[in-house]
Amino acid sequence: MSDTNAKGWTRQQMADRIAHEFQDGWIVNLGVGMPTLCSNTDIGGRRIIYHSENGVIGYGPIAPPGEEDLNLVNAGGQNVTLNPGAAVVHHADSFAIIRGGRIDVTVLGAYEVAQSGDFANWKVARAKGGGIGGAMDLAACAKRVFVIMEHTTRDGRARLIEHCALPVTARGVVKLVATNYGLFEPAHAEGFRVRELAPGITLRDVQAATGTPLRVS
Amino acid sequence: MTGKQYATFGDAVRDIPDGATIAFAGFAMPGAPFNLIRALAEHGAKNLTCIANTTGGAQQPRMPDIGLLVEQGQVRKVICAFTAGTRASDVLPFTRYYESGDVEAELVPQGTLAERLRAAGAGIPAFYTPTAVGTELADGRETRVFNGREYLLEYALPVDYAFLRATRADAFGNLQYHRSQRNFNPVMAMAARIAIVEVDEDIVPVGSIDPDQVHTPGIFIHRLVKVPPPPDGIWPVRRQERRR
Repeated sequence: MSDTNAKGWTRQQMADRIAHEFQDGWIVNLGVGMPTLCSNTDIGGRRIIYHSENGVIGYGPIAPPGEEDLNLVNAGGQNVTLNPGAAVVHHADSFAIIRGGRIDVTVLGAYEVAQSGDFANWKVARAKGGGIGGAMDLAACAKRVFVIMEHTTRDGRARLIEHCALPVTARGVVKLVATNYGLFEPAHAEGFRVRELAPGITLRDVQAATGTPLRVS
Repeated sequence: MTGKQYATFGDAVRDIPDGATIAFAGFAMPGAPFNLIRALAEHGAKNLTCIANTTGGAQQPRMPDIGLLVEQGQVRKVICAFTAGTRASDVLPFTRYYESGDVEAELVPQGTLAERLRAAGAGIPAFYTPTAVGTELADGRETRVFNGREYLLEYALPVDYAFLRATRADAFGNLQYHRSQRNFNPVMAMAARIAIVEVDEDIVPVGSIDPDQVHTPGIFIHRLVKVPPPPDGIWPVRRQERRR
């Protein structure tokens, strides 16, 4: 990277930027980790129905300490609350909702996203096992897949790349990626399109930390 | 109609033989049959095939989980949606035994796992799903194109026993769950030859639960055990958040 001081957005700011893409009335599924931060974002009067893979439809903020219902969790195992109009279904029905195409967007974490829209988020190099959870069902069947991830690995390698090196979760599905450096769209043969850069981040910084060409338009 | 109530968890798992296939409900803390798992660890049945969302051990505090049965040498194979932690730095209790080859694992997407159990209970031997098409999980497996889209063939997953947890039960085994306690419980009950439930509240007489409010009908349920108050019974606790 050309400027190691340029950090760009924080974790919450990445989530905020993604959450501002949500439209009124959407059914939104948030993956474990940074994606769960999207439900903290104030997006004005837009009504969002948050779906969690364990069958909770219409959950709200994290419960305040001391007020948790220990039998109510989101996908990350956090004790959440329910909004008025919420419903609970069993696991097979929850994934029927997912495979049936009712989820407007799923926001997932990832290790890598390719310019084709392929992405990898379930298995790291050399690991024997993996952690798929609901990610493959969501990635294959949600109307849109958005990704939130750090722009590079801890040792500085690009995560936005030409082809995934790790085993993929689904192919050709990612529509939008928020990293600490900005907002990007897979643009297939043209690499990634830069939709927005985080404050203090230059195109040169981002291109140096990206494994495939960037275009601005 | 009655005769389903057992006095202790040990009584309810006593006949489970070596080599049994057992499904364990639960997603994070809610709906997980901690007391039955502990009883199975004490019972000592071996060569088990264990089916659950995870092998456990990723969260603190540690609760009785499949990882415990693995550590005790009781498990031959697991079928789970997670066979590793979600972060590279996570090392599950299960991982050491898996990497050394002491235990086998089949990694299944969570929705496919739920539907394979549902199918087993619903008389459906196999089905096609769009999930995992184009991934290494589909390598060498049968796919078919319907309406221009490729789908992967998956098989039903029947089990010998299901270990469940519910909030309320009547003596016939009609069940109600509270909030996200429901998760895998209904489909695992349907997939099992023998479904065993640990129940939070006192078991009520038949007829006490409104038929419209039954979540799992008692025809799927064979054994019920009331969870005693702590410290004798194991109850969900607040999770300790991990540091970033």
